[in-house]
Amino acid sequence: MSPLSRRDFVGIGVAAGAGLVIGFYLPHGEKAEKESFSPNAYLRITPDNKVTVVVPRSEMGQGVRTALPMILAEELEADWKQIDIEQAGASTLFGDQTTGGSASIRTTWDPMRKAGATAREMLISAAALTWSVSRSGCTAEAGHVKHAASNRSLSYGDLVAKAATLPIPTDVPLKGSKDYKIVGQRLPRVDSPSKVKGEAVFGIDFRVPDMKFAVLSRCPVIGGKVSGFDDKDSKQIAGVSYVGKIGDSAVAVVADSVWGAMEGCRKLNVTWDQGANKDLNTAAVMASLKQEASKKGASLYAAGDPAKAGGRRVTAEYQSPFMAHAPMEPGNCTAHFQGTKCELWAPTQVPQDCRDSVATAVGLDPDQVKVNVTLMGGGFGRRLEHDYAVEAALVSKSINAPVKVIWTREDDMRSSPYRPASLHQLTAMLDGSGYPVALSHKIIAPSISGQKGQPTPGNVDPDLPDEAGPVYGIPNYSIEYVMTQTPVPLGWMRSVYALQAAFALESFIDELAVEAHKDPLEYRLHLLAKDQDLTYFTTTWHTARMRGVLQLAAEKAGWSKPLPAGHFRGIACFGCFASYMAEVVEISMENNEPRIHRVVAAVDCGQVVNPSILEQQIQGGIVYGLANALRAKITIEKGSVVESNFNDYAPLRMDETPVVEVYAVPSTESPSGIGEPSVPPIAPALCNAIYAATKKRIRALPISSS
Amino acid sequence: MADLTLRINGSEKKVSVAPETPLLWVLRDTLQLTGTKFGCGAGLCGACTVHLDGVAIRSCSTPVSKAEGKTITTIEGLGANGLHVLQKAWIEEEVPQCGYCQTGQIMSAAALLAKTPHPTDDQIVEAMDGNLCRCGTYERVRKAIHRAAGNGGAQ
Repeated sequence: MSPLSRRDFVGIGVAAGAGLVIGFYLPHGEKAEKESFSPNAYLRITPDNKVTVVVPRSEMGQGVRTALPMILAEELEADWKQIDIEQAGASTLFGDQTTGGSASIRTTWDPMRKAGATAREMLISAAALTWSVSRSGCTAEAGHVKHAASNRSLSYGDLVAKAATLPIPTDVPLKGSKDYKIVGQRLPRVDSPSKVKGEAVFGIDFRVPDMKFAVLSRCPVIGGKVSGFDDKDSKQIAGVSYVGKIGDSAVAVVADSVWGAMEGCRKLNVTWDQGANKDLNTAAVMASLKQEASKKGASLYAAGDPAKAGGRRVTAEYQSPFMAHAPMEPGNCTAHFQGTKCELWAPTQVPQDCRDSVATAVGLDPDQVKVNVTLMGGGFGRRLEHDYAVEAALVSKSINAPVKVIWTREDDMRSSPYRPASLHQLTAMLDGSGYPVALSHKIIAPSISGQKGQPTPGNVDPDLPDEAGPVYGIPNYSIEYVMTQTPVPLGWMRSVYALQAAFALESFIDELAVEAHKDPLEYRLHLLAKDQDLTYFTTTWHTARMRGVLQLAAEKAGWSKPLPAGHFRGIACFGCFASYMAEVVEISMENNEPRIHRVVAAVDCGQVVNPSILEQQIQGGIVYGLANALRAKITIEKGSVVESNFNDYAPLRMDETPVVEVYAVPSTESPSGIGEPSVPPIAPALCNAIYAATKKRIRALPISSS
Repeated sequence: MADLTLRINGSEKKVSVAPETPLLWVLRDTLQLTGTKFGCGAGLCGACTVHLDGVAIRSCSTPVSKAEGKTITTIEGLGANGLHVLQKAWIEEEVPQCGYCQTGQIMSAAALLAKTPHPTDDQIVEAMDGNLCRCGTYERVRKAIHRAAGNGGAQ
């Protein structure tokens, strides 16, 4: 993370009667520092003693509505019960509002703490002035400033009017982790009660008066276009009020109910111009990756020179398919276009992209588009797209009325962007003891950003710096990336490129351990034995921390202890989004398929903000990653996606879900990502367990197809 | 179109809809009971689970006409007198992540506990296997059911 300057961080806005308002800037990922101060988050303390944190981070299940205010409340010395959080909508005044990249905690840790501490110091000063006493005799605690010598106390609400007149302090002191009262606690999530009562309003639940519903028929062939349609039968359906082309590739059916729109869409007869991809299939995509593999790629990481290293050469090739995010809440967006303005209610991770792309699509300026962010029924990266928002705005413009566009599950499965398929070529040169003196990992995959027309400096997809770094301190070690292209729509899916990279690398390391006749844990620990700092773009990976998670996972899993008859283990580790993760999987084989009994996960993500949310994210990432590993595969035939619903693209169910034990390495380092890092190691750990059980090496995901 | 009288969460509601309309959409669009969710439209995910005469059914694949004359309970009516024991357990075990599937999970669990007050792990799996969760909350779902049943708590 880039260092925060004061310019980036804090400003103040004081509105009469509003109390104390502190604006601050929350960066996203590795974005460049801003030229001028433009707050995108606010802390507001009002005379009624309420503390409100307004943040541009969307809640999609990852717990930001609880964890982010915890960080601020810690430094503010607030009473947790007085904190409320508001979701910021898209605004041209705001900085980057993207929620993704496991970035919400790691990028806001410093600014949230500083905002809280700034307000705390101002409130202490206000109390000292009120009582005409020295600041040093005043302390902040549980939403009050206290003066012990005179036994006086004022609530923050009582102090905000005066505090707002004071200059903003610079260099406010931050607490040491040993003094934390809120950070590190298993505080209950603020959103649980509304979610169990069915009161939580997700995008799909949001209504505006007189709203219509639309379901779209999209060309099944990638890149195909509408050439004509017959809506005679659609219009026979009760409540269908409009059928019309939306963009080049879809026809919308609008009705006064979702069911009416769905039925109308089923009866619609569209003729398609299938375009250039009508013969595209998955085999051709994988063959093209293989062809591109002979090209020299961009260097992601280079230590020593693997090409000059001698020893016994071992090579292997791994591949990974397209996968779909499939969040539980299907795509949807509500839009109301009204001539010179358009308002959206969108379950989105990218409110600003929604605003900008809608503005372009309907011919408005971005400030004429207002985006309200709703709760999301899962994201996993699917809602980093803005397709649903553009469709909703276009339909609303066509019918001149508010409308909610709803995707069916089949639409979601067949018309989405997918995790890129990829090919990985690994080569090692082994010394006499079977350890690699050289390792090269060549990643051949299409670029998500490249496909979307975003910058790919040096022919490197901009996600790779967070997701495909080195794990081991091997003296000659290269990671290379060949950027390819595909017509198949690509999107950022939970852990993005890390799942594929970890599957290839950590399966290969297991192969090398087998070659060397060594225990796979001991083999990895040997490669991590020396403390080394591996610099990869702007992240420094420490072999000591990777060793730490491996040892913790192995110890908790009882790696050295015998297993019940017929049970086998696999292990893998990986780092991404600045966090370290190791996982041990215990399986047995039943009818040639793995039955997963237990997963032990160890993480080093720096300071843990909320252990319960951490556990949720790791357990969830592992369940998601197991489904990816076992059978997630999007197949293209004749230019169209074959899979359609949860029958042929089947997530894990309860009966297959193992017990997942989660352990965190105690740490006072700044927090790092936690939404995604548990996903990548699970596929190789599982495949390594399958090898232990069967001596069969899985070199292509999903496991069910191997 | 047909005029139907539905008994939902203890009161009678008159609706005028096509009789083949899935109960899900009548609940969500006509009656604005949006706690029941749309996930797949094919009875594969359980997000739309409600009770029909106490039995957990998938409302996305149940025509509304089949629900006439029966007692329908949705998540909004489950804890008629405050939170249902399962809802409390769900909060105590911190089950929800995104929360989208959780109302369906709770309705399936409520039907299970009504018949089997102290289910085993196997009985829980059998009752809950039709409910998908992409956030992967299954372990906490299982714990919350045990907690509600009072036979295991937060083990």
